[in-house]
Amino acid sequence: MIEIIFYILSAVTLGSAFMTVISKNPIHSALWLVVSFFSIAGHYALFNSQFLAMVHIIVYSGAIMILMLFTIMLMNLNISQEIAKPIVTKIIAVVCFCLIGLVMLTALIQNAPAIDAYTSTGKDFQSIEVLGKILLNEFVVPFEMAAVLLLMAMIGAVLISKKDKTIA
Amino acid sequence: MEHVLQIIGIDHYIYLSVLLFCIGVFGILYRRNAIVMFMSIEIMLNAANLLLVAFSNYHEDANGQVFVFFTMAVAAAEVAIGLAILVSIYRNIGTIDIDKLKNLKG
Repeated sequence: MIEIIFYILSAVTLGSAFMTVISKNPIHSALWLVVSFFSIAGHYALFNSQFLAMVHIIVYSGAIMILMLFTIMLMNLNISQEIAKPIVTKIIAVVCFCLIGLVMLTALIQNAPAIDAYTSTGKDFQSIEVLGKILLNEFVVPFEMAAVLLLMAMIGAVLISKKDKTIA
Repeated sequence: MEHVLQIIGIDHYIYLSVLLFCIGVFGILYRRNAIVMFMSIEIMLNAANLLLVAFSNYHEDANGQVFVFFTMAVAAAEVAIGLAILVSIYRNIGTIDIDKLKNLKG
C-alpha cells in the first residue's frame, strides 16, 4: 500500500516538475509547480513529519506561489511572448540534463550497498512538540535570526519595487 | 505501524531527489524567462529539502528537520527579493528575458 502511494507521489512530483519547466505559458508553469509542491508535502506526510508537511504547504503553496502568480499577472506575461532559444542551447541543455542525471545516478547506485537498512527505535523525534522544544532551546538564536532575515527581506522588497519619486 | 523507510528504503528517496535536482538544473539551462528560472531554483531547493527530511528520518534526528525549516525561511526571503528585483527590471526595460539583460556585457 505505502509502496504504491510512494511511486504515485514520486511520479506526480517528477512529472509536474518537468511540466513546470517545459510549459510555454508561465501561469501554467506556476500551477504545475503547485502540484509538485503538494506532492512533496505528501512525501513529508508519508514520513510522518506533520510539522514540515503543514509548513511546506503554507509557505510554498500559500505564500511563494501567490507571490509568483501576482508577479506574472503584474507583468502581463500570460500571453507567451517568449522568443525561442536557439536550438543549440536547447540541445546543450538536454545533454547537460542527461549527463548530470547519469553521473549522479550511477554514482549513487554504485554506492547503494553501503547504506545500512533502516532500523526503527520507535522514539518520538519529529512531532510538533519535540520540534518546538528543539527550535526554542537549541536553535533559538538562528530562529531569531530567521525572523530578522524575513523582516529585512520585507523592507528590501518594498524598497526595491517602490516607484522612485524624483531624486532630488 | 511500519515506517516508510522500512518498506521503501532510503536509496529510492536519494534517486528521487537527484532526479528532481536534475530537472531544476535543466529548467535553468532550458528556459530564458526569469520567473520560470526562479521556479527551477525552487525545485532544486525542494530536492535538497526532501533529502534532508529523508536522512533526518533515517537517523531519527530532529536537527535535519529544523534545518529544512530554516531553508524554507531563506527561500521565502529569496523569492520576495528576487521577484521585487524582477518587477523593477521589468519596469525599466519592459522585459524579463535574460538574454536582453546585457548592460553589464557579461
